Formats: sequence, C-alpha cells, structure tokens
Amino acid sequence: MKPRVGIPRALLYYNYFPLWEVFFKELGAEVVLSGLTNKKILDDGVNCCVDDACLPMKVFHGHIIELKDRVDYLFVPRLISVERNEYICPKFCGLPDMVLNSVKDLPTVIDCTINLRNSSSSLRRAVLDVGRLFTGDYRRIYTAYRKAVLCLESFEGLMEKGATPLEAMKGDYSKAGEYHYSIGLIGHPYNIYDNYMSMRIIDKLRDRGVNVITQDMICSNELDRIARDFSKPMFWSFGKSIMAASRYLIDKRHVKGIIYLVAFGCGLDALVGDLVERRIRKKGIPFCLLTIDEHTGEAGIDTRLEAFIDMLEWGGTAKCW
Amino acid sequence: MLVTFPHMGNAYIAMKSVLEDLGVEVLVPPPCTKRTLELGTKYSPELACLPLKLNIGNYIEAIERGAEVIVMAGGCGPCRFGYYAEVQREILQDLGYSFKMVVLERPQGNVRDFVKKIAIITGGKTVFRVLASIKRATRVAVLMDELERLCWQIRPREKSGGTVSRLMREFHSQALNTRGSVGLAALIGEYKDRISRVETKGNKEVLGIGIVGEIYTVIEPFVNVSIAEKLGDLGAEVDKSITVSYWVINHLIKEALHLHNKNELQEASYPYLRSFVGGHGQESVANTVLYKRRGYDGVIHLLPFTCMPEIVARSVLPEVSHRYGIPVMTLVLDEMTGEAGYMTRLEAFVDLIRRKKEMKGLYGERILSGD
Ligand code: SF4
Ligand code: SF4
Repeated sequence: MKPRVGIPRALLYYNYFPLWEVFFKELGAEVVLSGLTNKKILDDGVNCCVDDACLPMKVFHGHIIELKDRVDYLFVPRLISVERNEYICPKFCGLPDMVLNSVKDLPTVIDCTINLRNSSSSLRRAVLDVGRLFTGDYRRIYTAYRKAVLCLESFEGLMEKGATPLEAMKGDYSKAGEYHYSIGLIGHPYNIYDNYMSMRIIDKLRDRGVNVITQDMICSNELDRIARDFSKPMFWSFGKSIMAASRYLIDKRHVKGIIYLVAFGCGLDALVGDLVERRIRKKGIPFCLLTIDEHTGEAGIDTRLEAFIDMLEWGGTAKCW
Repeated sequence: MLVTFPHMGNAYIAMKSVLEDLGVEVLVPPPCTKRTLELGTKYSPELACLPLKLNIGNYIEAIERGAEVIVMAGGCGPCRFGYYAEVQREILQDLGYSFKMVVLERPQGNVRDFVKKIAIITGGKTVFRVLASIKRATRVAVLMDELERLCWQIRPREKSGGTVSRLMREFHSQALNTRGSVGLAALIGEYKDRISRVETKGNKEVLGIGIVGEIYTVIEPFVNVSIAEKLGDLGAEVDKSITVSYWVINHLIKEALHLHNKNELQEASYPYLRSFVGGHGQESVANTVLYKRRGYDGVIHLLPFTCMPEIVARSVLPEVSHRYGIPVMTLVLDEMTGEAGYMTRLEAFVDLIRRKKEMKGLYGERILSGD
C-alpha cells in the first residue's frame, strides 16, 4: 500500500501545494488533503491551540486534527525563511513544535527545516531528508523535486494572470476576465483565499462586477523592485509583498480602492496594516481594513463590503471602518 | 541637541552612561505612567504589541519636554521589534512632531553606516571614544543588574518590610541627577552597600521563582506591575532570566562579533522547541528547564498580548512544566492588566508552590513527580 502523506489545507497550502503534491506523488506516496475549512475544523483548532494564537494558527491546528487519523505521515515543515534575509513569521519557525505539543496522538510528523535566510543549502538537505523516507534512490528524489518545481512555476504563472490559487490549481483562469473596474485585495494568502475564513470575499466582489487583484496576481519581480525602495528592508516575506503590492496597485494599476483582510491576533498585520493604511490614505485612495476572528459573522462582513463598494461606485463618503 | 530614548526598566542607566560620556545632553523620559500608556494606546495600531505603545508614550512625553533626537534600537526580524522604529517614526510624523530618529542596528557588514549614525548623535566623536564609552556603559549595566539581583535576594528576607524598595526609589531619583559612567557606577556601589546592610531574618526559608518571557515585560516594572517587588514581599526570591546587561552583551556585542553561544539554549529547550523563533521565545523554554535544574520552585512566564515568539513558547511550556515537574504560570499583559486581579494570581501561585514545597519536605520528591 502506498504511504499516505497528509497535507493540511491551511497556511502555506495556498502557496506551495502544487509543489508538495507533485513531489510526494513522484516519490510514490498518496497525498491526502484535509477538508475545506468549516466550523468544526475552526472549533477544534480553537480548542486545542494556545489561547492567544492568531486565527490562522488555530485553523491550522484544526486541519491537523481533521487529518491525523487518516494518514501515515503529516507534513508540517518548519519554514523559517523562503527568501534571502527574510522570514515568514516567528510562529512558522516553531510550527512543528506548536503542533507536537498541542495535539495528541499524531502520526509521524515530517518536519523538515527550510531556512534560506543565509544560504540555500538547507533546501537541498530538506528535499533529501524528506525524499529518503520514501526511496533510497537519490536520482529519483531529485527528479521528483525538479518536476515539482516546474509545477509550482506554472501555478504561479497562472496566478499572475489573475487566477486565485484554487483556480490555478485547477488550471483555470477564466474568471480573470472583463470587469467594470479593479480593486486591490491584500492580506495573507491563507486569509484571503480560504473561503470559509474570508467568507468568499473574492467571489462576492467579482459578482458585483469588480476585478480583484491580489498581491499574488502581480509579477513578483515587480514587487521585489518596489520593495528595494522601502526605507528599511521588510524582513517578512508576506509583509514585503503586501506592502509592495499596495504601492503597485496605487501607482501602476490605479485601483479604485484597496481592502486589507486581517486575521485577529496576527502580529505582522498589526504593523504592516498600519504602515499600508497611512500611505494609502495619504494618497486619497479609499481603504477598508476587514478583521476576521473566530466570531466574525458573515452578515457583518457583507454589510461592510456593500458599503465599501457603494462608496466606490457612487463616490459617496460612506464610512468604511 | 537633546537626546532621548524609550524606557525599559533600568536600561536608562546604561543609556545615560554611554551618551553622557560622549558629551551628549540626555533627556530621560518621565517614568512610564498611566498617561504614557494612554498616549501610546491612543496613537498606536490597536493590535501592536504593548512595548511599541509605551515607547510612543515615552517619545511624546520626552518631546513635550524638549527632546529633539530619539535613539532607538533596530533589528532584522523575525519578530516585530525590528520594524518598531519604522512604524513609530510614521506615527510621530503624522502627529506633526518634529524630531530626528536614529535607529541603531547591529552593523550588517556596513560598519561605516553605524559610525555615521553615532556621529549624528555625538557630533563626530572618534570611533575609539565611542567604543570606550560603550564598554564603560556595559560595565555600568552589569553593576546595575547586580544591584537589582541583590534586591531580589534581600527583599523576601528583610526584617522590616519595604526597606529595600524604599532605598531603590531613593536610588532612582538620585540616578537621574548623576552624570556619566563614573558617577553612576559610584552611586550603584553606594546603594549596593546600603542594601546589603539591610537587616534580614537570618536563615529564613524562601521560595525561588524564575521569571522568563518577553524582555520588555520581564524588565519594565510598569507593565509587569513590579512583579519582582511583589513576589519579594510575598516571600519569594526571584530571578530574571533576561536583564539589560544580558541583552547588551548577548545581542549587541556578542552577535556583532559572531560570538553568541546558543548551545546551552538549544540543549535545554530540546525537544520541546527546536528552533530559534525570534525575540526570546527559545530562551523562555530553555530557562524554564534551567531554573528547574537549579532548584527553583516555580516559573512565571510573562508576555504582552499577541507577542509572536512568546506565543510559540507558551504553547510548549505546559508540556515542559509537566515533564520536568515545575509549576509554570503564564501572565499575558496588556493595557487592561488590573492590579487587583494580577495580585490575586500571584498570591495563588505563591501559595501553590509553597504547599508543593512543604509536601516535598514531608513526603520526599517522588510523590510530586507525577510519574
Ligand atoms: S503571519 Fe500573522 S497570521 Fe500568519 S502565523 Fe504569523 S501571526 Fe499568525
Ligand atoms: S518580542 Fe513580542 S512584544 Fe517584543 S517586539 Fe516581538 S512580538 Fe512584540
């Protein structure tokens, strides 16, 4: 029987799943995903994760619980850094430790460390370490990895054409079509693309005829170029793309407004959100900061979205707080 | 030019020392008070961490008194501290204050940049003089921490309660009027002398409590509601795993020279927290283990609400506490921390570990290990 590798549909799933999936499949494993985020997953996560953790961490723990009894391995990599001189977030540095100490009765956890902050050698080691769990054939591991990287690149290419990650995974970017006008939607990928957490914000905006541009739909070289002009290098990879995207959307794409989706308890959003908001407001662009937490009701979010869109369309002064 | 900096417990002593030795006019911000916090809370992002907010309060109160230059430390992640200065500068600028902010960061290969920044503050003193002043200030920081440590030891044993705390209040008010490293070192020496002569109840048995956690909440008495003093009055000798001199020596000096030795930390926090997580998260876990090894009776873990590295530490500490059989209490501090509720929790914790210790005395260690 093929070994089953479980991948939680949370956190960096939205950025790296195509890579992970192909890699494990090429090594002869079966990839098992947790279900879509739902109330039970959220509640389980809230109950087992430490109290003041941010919402996305709690959701991640919920996915682990949903998945753990159906698989032989759980893939919970320690992603310290995916880019030179950058980090993701302190909580990602300790992610496997948080999971191991909060959830009981886990299958084998694959917790390879990826730290590209100072050098890229850890990637090679991680790929080999993980691969060796499934095969002794190094050539096969490398081939699997190369295939996986190609897959990730084409996935990212589709996103830059305007597809959301979920659409890009299906190879579909048809929804990135004709719209009346554009608005920017920025925030952590695991907040804006998780339909349960974001309350389907992208679909709702598109249904109103609005073209949605997220930071992942912008050419990453462009974002890096903008980020070089920051007064201080932004050391969080997501913070960097969020900040750079907000500047790009204002200066190059002339969006009508920008929405920043923030998860309650996110330390990074608290600071990046403030910097972004100050700058956007100074440019006179309508801005809406939407905070989601475990009690957020869909109705509340809908009302605020409606108000924001009405304001953009009628040029009114309706306040979006 | 009048130079100021944010407060963090006794750190102002070392800052005064280094700046005044360089001939800089220093304005120590008024101690953190409710107003400081209110100002900070009003103008900072709502979910920013508490230290950022109090820094803002310090800056405003210092600028109101004429400060023109703010000196602040920087960092390069992964926790929020590294981006504090950026956010704080924007906040103050948008409020319309005029000031200059100098962010001192560990020179990342670019030493000239660092020297240039120092020159803004000092008006071009030689590198040699700057280094010599840093060295003397480090010495002052070490002496200051020794004085605090002495207080932690004497307080639970003093004969008439409150003597040490009274002397320390006196010390701080005199320190404000003392200039430079020489004066400050002498003043510290004088008070060390006086405090070591405070009458104690000879061989009184006291509890040992280690304090771990996020540096600002561990060090700044305003946010931790003077935890060291309170525990001392409750009959516990405290020790703090992180102090100003520890920070200066480990983060500024050793890391700049690539000397930082993290082996002990890694060994002690293994296998509960196997990676650096920014801030002092890994230290919190490691030091809990080290306190147990050194025979302490309990550990208190302090963190500001939403502190990223310490949340990771917090999620593994229950397991550490269980495995090593050492009680750990976590206190999350925020703007709302009320003194009354806080005191109750401290008292309850002290009672718990005192009972535990008495039982141990009666029945030996085994009954408590829970195995
Ligand atoms: S970046 Fe924010 S939301 Fe993501 S794990 Fe860190 S604190 Fe949580
Ligand atoms: S250690 Fe915690 S409180 Fe301190 S800056 Fe980092 S996140 Fe904020």
